[in-house]
Amino acid sequence: MRRFKQFVGFVVLKTSVVVGVLFLFSLIVVIALNGARVLSPEFLLEFPREGMTGGGIFPAIVGTFLLSLGAVGFALPLGVLGAIYLREYAGGGRLVRAIRTGINTLSGVPSVVFGLFGLAVFVKLFGFGVSVLSGSLTLGILILPVIIRSTEEAIEAVPREFREASYALGATKWQTVKGVVLPAALPGILTGAILGVGRAAGETAPILFTAATFYTRHLPGSPFDEVMALPYHIYALMTEGTEPEHQVPIAYGTALVLLLLVLAVNFIAIVIRYRARRARKW
Amino acid sequence: MRDNLVKHLLLSCASLSIVFLAGITVTLFKEGLPIFKEVSVFKFLFGRYWYPTYDPPDFGILPLILGSLWVTLGALFVAVPLGVGSAMYISELAHPKLREILKPMVELLASVPSVVYGFFGMVFLGPLVQRLFDLPVGLTCFTASIILGMMALPTVASIAEDAISAVPRELREASYALGAMKWETITKVVVPAASSGIIAAVILGFGRAIGETMTVLMVAGGAAVIPRSVFQPVRTMTATIAAEMGEAPMGSDHYHALFGIALVLFFITLGFNLLADKIIKG
Repeated sequence: MRRFKQFVGFVVLKTSVVVGVLFLFSLIVVIALNGARVLSPEFLLEFPREGMTGGGIFPAIVGTFLLSLGAVGFALPLGVLGAIYLREYAGGGRLVRAIRTGINTLSGVPSVVFGLFGLAVFVKLFGFGVSVLSGSLTLGILILPVIIRSTEEAIEAVPREFREASYALGATKWQTVKGVVLPAALPGILTGAILGVGRAAGETAPILFTAATFYTRHLPGSPFDEVMALPYHIYALMTEGTEPEHQVPIAYGTALVLLLLVLAVNFIAIVIRYRARRARKW
Repeated sequence: MRDNLVKHLLLSCASLSIVFLAGITVTLFKEGLPIFKEVSVFKFLFGRYWYPTYDPPDFGILPLILGSLWVTLGALFVAVPLGVGSAMYISELAHPKLREILKPMVELLASVPSVVYGFFGMVFLGPLVQRLFDLPVGLTCFTASIILGMMALPTVASIAEDAISAVPRELREASYALGAMKWETITKVVVPAASSGIIAAVILGFGRAIGETMTVLMVAGGAAVIPRSVFQPVRTMTATIAAEMGEAPMGSDHYHALFGIALVLFFITLGFNLLADKIIKG
């Protein structure tokens, strides 16, 4: 009887894993099979035509590229410097606890709320308009906690002996951080940056009112231009327009491109982390 | 001297999270509070009708709050058993090699953009639900709950897994020494010992699901009425903001009402995150 109970219990646990894995697989398979039909070099390199019922998604790819690079460009320096403070300089005081709560809370704020903040502050108050700049800044704030956390983890993994050896050689604190800690933590920081790109590339709600446009005939000429973006393109194709028979296939193709992009980015991050762990000499 | 300067620079970067969080809070209050000059807080929260563009308009968000709650609770019905089950399997039963594969897969599940989940729900799961249950429409609360549950699964699974693997080995060994089988050890020793972490995982899963925007916008059907059945289209707070902000004229009552919704949403997620934080820290 006890054995039977255990058997049933194990089957239930296994099933729960299998359900999750099956769901992930069916999502990937459905999108890959249908998306592959429209995927071609022209699809990737052409502008949309005939009011979104034909042509390619080139401007959306460029837009997503610009937005996520902009977001990481904004969040990476701030996040890395902040994480250095938290790990290397801060004691355990009240301020640090407040900062940690702040980071945790920020990462729990719903993405659409970031969108509203971006709209009220970057688009209206600062007058950047609906633009690459507004969208990048909004996404940058959203991924800041991701960057801080992975940098902190990377710094934490650097052994204390490294720092002590550096101090023993007469280096100051900042020299130690710059010359010893950061180089050793670099793979981890890079992983965080890459995960940030992946996260920013896939977000839709924060750019709905800050950066994205349904249709444009031009690539953005300056940071103050609005852009098309892959995630918004999928949403727009599925909810606007009147010719679903032409739009849904394009949406499949766009979803496949976005999915490949995000999975590739995450895969690269996993590989970097894995190799860094194996190559580590300490 | 120079080190001191560096320290202050780093500190200011670290404090930015708090600055942004404060900025978000102030913005929501500044843009959201004016609506309460038009309707009372009570009428806003418990009004049964959301007709923001009628003359005179109705700004009751009860249907939206209930829509969010129904979809989110439905999602937890999916995410909690599957997530905790997966966590138990991964940390207690899986072979270390299998674990090395399953853990990145959970991360991949978490990295799929929400708009891709929404797209999958529209083209695949929605029609499937419609046929299976013979419904007039496939995009319902039920459909959204399943997709949202799969999205919240990685959050629940990874935090529950942390909690379960943190249970000291001695506890397990003591249980085996008393003659307990593996299943009995897991259910009667490990899970109770990890219970606070598992509860935190559930709460964070709730916070993640209630703040999710694009999926519910695309899959839940979008009817702003008080839900009576799970097989009925519903509209959440997040979806309302995302769908209507583009059309609400800046500074209008409608615009302020949408910020008012964001304010309510912000405090719900803030409350749940702080609660989870407290439980994890004990």
